[in-house]
Amino acid sequence: MEPLELRPQFPILGRTVKGKPLVYFDNAATSQKPQCVIDALGHYYSHYNANIHRGIHTLAEEATLAYEAARFAVQDFIGAASVEEVIFTRGTTEAINLVAYTWGRENVAAGDEIVISGMEHHSNIVPWQILCEEKKAVLKVIPVLDNGELDMRAFKQLLGTKTKMVAVVHVSNSLGTVNPVKEIIAAAHEVGAKVLIDGAQSAVHLDINVQDLDCDFFAFSGHKVYGPTGVGALYGKKDLLEKMPVFQGGGEMIKEVTFEKTTYNDLPYKYEAGTPNIADTIALKTALDFIKEIGKDNIRKHEDELLTYATAQLSAIPGLTIIGQAKNKVSLVSFVIEGTHPQDIGVLLDNMGIAVRTGHHCTQPLMKRFGIPGTVRASFALYNQKEEIDVLIAGLQKAIKMLA
Amino acid sequence: MEVKPIVEIEKDIVEDFALFDSWEDKYEYIIDLGKKLAVLEDQYKIEENKIKGCQSTVWLTASFDNGKVIFKADSDAVIVKGLISMLIKVLSGHTPEEILAAKMDFIGEIGMMTHLAQTRSNGLLAMIKQMKNYALAYKMMEDTKK
Repeated sequence: MEPLELRPQFPILGRTVKGKPLVYFDNAATSQKPQCVIDALGHYYSHYNANIHRGIHTLAEEATLAYEAARFAVQDFIGAASVEEVIFTRGTTEAINLVAYTWGRENVAAGDEIVISGMEHHSNIVPWQILCEEKKAVLKVIPVLDNGELDMRAFKQLLGTKTKMVAVVHVSNSLGTVNPVKEIIAAAHEVGAKVLIDGAQSAVHLDINVQDLDCDFFAFSGHKVYGPTGVGALYGKKDLLEKMPVFQGGGEMIKEVTFEKTTYNDLPYKYEAGTPNIADTIALKTALDFIKEIGKDNIRKHEDELLTYATAQLSAIPGLTIIGQAKNKVSLVSFVIEGTHPQDIGVLLDNMGIAVRTGHHCTQPLMKRFGIPGTVRASFALYNQKEEIDVLIAGLQKAIKMLA
Repeated sequence: MEVKPIVEIEKDIVEDFALFDSWEDKYEYIIDLGKKLAVLEDQYKIEENKIKGCQSTVWLTASFDNGKVIFKADSDAVIVKGLISMLIKVLSGHTPEEILAAKMDFIGEIGMMTHLAQTRSNGLLAMIKQMKNYALAYKMMEDTKK
């Protein structure tokens, strides 16, 4: 199946915005959903909605099976050794917070160091900042080079015996840079540090194999992989997850509760307190199956073509500078245009039915690094087509003319 | 100089916008307003005059002259600047009471309601709030004098 042939399966792509056909280039923020995912949600609520794991009736059993099947699908999607290593969360942000609050509380002490990079999303900065403040630990930042790659030499100099955690983004949401995470993980392990990979942007584009990467934690969000919002997953190595303290207390995560003492459930339930997001988790499996059926190779090939085409077309616009020109990039272009503010461009493009992201993309330190208030970002998905990039280019030319 | 009542100025703007039959004309007009907005001197472009929002930077300052509030503002984004220019046109030069009572219905009537959305809050919503805050402060100042 060719990626583009799947376009009709995304009903939203058929709508118009301000009277023009929608051009959706905000896929790095959230991808659109195929009909099968939308149907999976409806089917759950209209056929087997029930609370899972506890009920003995048919509906509860069907829901439990579907929910747990999603866990196997995630295991397969990221190449985890065991299904117990997959914990469902609300998304990447919650997954990172879970690690910072549990593993972090137990393993980070005063004077210890946590290494992040200069291109992190606020979600992979703030939880570590909170932890550092509480523990009087030190946050170290890997510098970003002018081309949008990480300064790997500086990174290696940051590592030391005090480094307890290296938390880096796999693919930058602002620049599109694919970071050499395997090399980062190996170097961090040499000094005995653990590594968390923020896979929010990478999971949809790259083949993920957490065993091959040898990362200790990996987090991603469902809504960026053609799945629903409100569900994501945390992968953690089993021995680490077993030792970590619990995150939230409540139902599901317990084995036995007495007023004197509570014993906790086994993995992965230990970290899933309360009734989980059953419907969205089940539909996440549908999304992952959908990706698997098309094949990430096919998706990537198509998206790479779009990226190459967009990069060439955008570069031809006078005064336009692409922010992030790493050798290894995925499916997004971030840029600024001389004499214009990203927000003005975004407002005008919106009137032409073109959805792009403008602003700091929740990476304010990175924007500061490049000395810009923000960028215009066009990010592509499997259903986007070259003709849409032509629409964007024409739209940009029009916007520039209007603003001149 | 006698200033028109706020509702009258709003009515004028709504009438102006009624003449535009395309979004391009409407935005070109706003962009033009933005470019023509009186320069805000650098001394006012300071942290405490900044209205923090998601995307663009807006500076707003006010002075009180003869019972009327005078607003001055600037932004690094020209469409926002154009919108600010309209707010200034409507509210500047009026008494604190008049400003506080202003409903600002014209924004919806000229189809700029989306600029009030939270993500673009510094475009208009935060601006209006800040302008009314100034009005309230001057009103209280006046009241204590009485």
